[in-house]
Amino acid sequence: MTADAFDAFKQGLAAGGVAFEEVASNGLDPARVLRVNPEHWGQFAFEAKRRELRHAGLWADDGGGATFTIRALFEKQGRYLLAQADVEKGRPSLPSQSVHFPGADRLERHTRDLYGIVFTDHPDPRRWTRHQGWDDDEFPLRKDFPAAGFAHDRTPADHLYKFTAAHGSGVYEIPVGPIHAGVIEPGHFRFLAVGETVLNLEERLGYVHKGIEKIAEGRDADGLARLAARVSGDTTVGHAYAACVAMEKAAALAVPPRAVWLRAVMAERERVANHLGDIGAILNDVAFTFGFYQFSRLREQWQRASQSVFGHRFMMDRIVPGGVAVDIDQSQRQQMSADIHALRREMKTLMAIYDDAPSVEDRLVTTGHLDPTRARELGTLGYVARASGVDIDVRRDAPYPPYDRLAVKVPVYRYGDVAARLRVRAEEIAVSCELLEQLLERLPDGPVRASWRPPAAAEGLAIIEGWRGELMAYVRFDADGRIARYFPRDPSVFNWPALEHLIHDNIVPDFPVCNKSVNGSYSGSDL
Amino acid sequence: MLRILGKIQRIGVITEAAPTDLEPALTQIGARVKARVGELFAGSLAIRQVDAGSCNGCELEIQALANPYYGVERFGVHFVASPRHADMLLVTGPVSRHMEEALRRAYDCTPNPKLVLAVGECGATGGEFGVNYASCGAVANVIPVDGVVRGCPPTPLDLLRGILEAIDGAGVKPR
Ligand code: SF4
Repeated sequence: MTADAFDAFKQGLAAGGVAFEEVASNGLDPARVLRVNPEHWGQFAFEAKRRELRHAGLWADDGGGATFTIRALFEKQGRYLLAQADVEKGRPSLPSQSVHFPGADRLERHTRDLYGIVFTDHPDPRRWTRHQGWDDDEFPLRKDFPAAGFAHDRTPADHLYKFTAAHGSGVYEIPVGPIHAGVIEPGHFRFLAVGETVLNLEERLGYVHKGIEKIAEGRDADGLARLAARVSGDTTVGHAYAACVAMEKAAALAVPPRAVWLRAVMAERERVANHLGDIGAILNDVAFTFGFYQFSRLREQWQRASQSVFGHRFMMDRIVPGGVAVDIDQSQRQQMSADIHALRREMKTLMAIYDDAPSVEDRLVTTGHLDPTRARELGTLGYVARASGVDIDVRRDAPYPPYDRLAVKVPVYRYGDVAARLRVRAEEIAVSCELLEQLLERLPDGPVRASWRPPAAAEGLAIIEGWRGELMAYVRFDADGRIARYFPRDPSVFNWPALEHLIHDNIVPDFPVCNKSVNGSYSGSDL
Repeated sequence: MLRILGKIQRIGVITEAAPTDLEPALTQIGARVKARVGELFAGSLAIRQVDAGSCNGCELEIQALANPYYGVERFGVHFVASPRHADMLLVTGPVSRHMEEALRRAYDCTPNPKLVLAVGECGATGGEFGVNYASCGAVANVIPVDGVVRGCPPTPLDLLRGILEAIDGAGVKPR
């Protein structure tokens, strides 16, 4: 959205009867901020949809006054727009945006469960994040709700949730989870099947909700970075990165160039590690164990290198407010370059073997198909989007340092099946290798951490490309320089609904491989 | 087909000698695990892993136990899908309130005698999350625990060591 398009959008809003005003806020850059009349919140979404904006997140905030603030982030062509509306605490309600953007459905239900804000025409009245851990008249993210909650002996199972039911002969239900058969995160899947074919899949998440947004409150910057690093273990770099950038924007703190580049080195390393693991796991799910062992071998080597260079196999807690916690020396730089070289060679050999295995191809091609229109409509992100023809990548479209100095290639496929999601990952490994080479070669000299000064009553927004896709973090500091609000939006939030669609008409036994090809984070969505 | 055979031959077996000095203890610990599993569990220790609220970091390291570097099945340790088949529960996470009942049920379903190992800082103490409206904190706050493996996340080697200590120290009677 160019400046002209933004003006046109504003004119469209006015013509559509939406009352709004533009407000300035430095920490929220690169987003432009519009304050919208809450009654026109749904109409705003309608106009956004009409102009082909993408919904990129929704969250609320309790500033302690008489109102709650709701915010929604939109994007088009790398330009971001943040809409906000204030609703009275006495009767907190406003129209829903998920009518126009189905991907926002769970974020609205999450907001309703945790703030008691009602989205009046929301199509789904069922709770989402709340199971039986607190009562329906308790709202944990309101400031008057204590972080410890209220006394509970034991939390019962949530067996009264109403799943979509089907009638008719031959239709049966398969409940799966929350504890799954493998070593993976917990969640519930409810299948409706006829014979082996999946008619419908409904996801029920929220099992690993552990109060991240609430316990962020009152922390200092270091404490928030540690918490962010544990939002989703596989994205420890990504979430810490976003949280730190958001805090630094709020504090108007300049991070030393070397630290900025080292952060990107870690982010690319995290992408490679996860993609290697995922490709191996996808191949394992179709019984191509050779592939599983080879890719998990590469992943292990990569993690060991992270341990030797950054002191942690996942580089957890290495991104800190003001910079990074570790520096690298010349020999480590050379070692990493040698590793990249070796990985490239290995990838070439292994992908040639993969291309040569028709039995694997037979299992992955056309399996779990997500068509480009649906991918766009749901606002999917990362490799899920890019395998279904949606050409987006924050590193290229809204480049933040150091990516503003690098050329990022974005692999895109249109087939939308498991094979395409695997292929995108493989090519992204190659792109990351190229980026890593450049990052290491052009790594600036100098310090790696600026000293942190807590800002008073300030806010910051960060949007980066995590390994799963666009990842955002919003941070607000109170007058004492403590965290008053932290909201991390993992890309999984927009990718989980895609799984419900792409599994249609596949056979039940192909669910694991379809699920793996999306690999949504439970922890990162449940918070 | 020729490519795949060529690759298999060139890589060879990588499990036996852990190639870097990062894990010098792997084979020793593994041998002890194997001996104890042989004595106490008739050669096969069945583990049911339960993620009761973790950030998934711990799971990734538990999964790594299956990669060719560690290959713990060769020591007689394997992961099973049902708690009814398990000798040991490997539980991660601060226990979220929403997983509390599922964890209790998995525990109840596991036949006696059973071992419970709480994994990670979160499993051991509640970690960064502690006890709050949505989290019960440490695994021991919800079910009886026989041992803990610290670390955030614990490395695969830490996990193997923790499993060994648990079966060593728990005084499980040979069957
Ligand atoms: S111990 Fe660390 S890695 Fe494990 S669940 Fe807790 S935060 Fe995640």
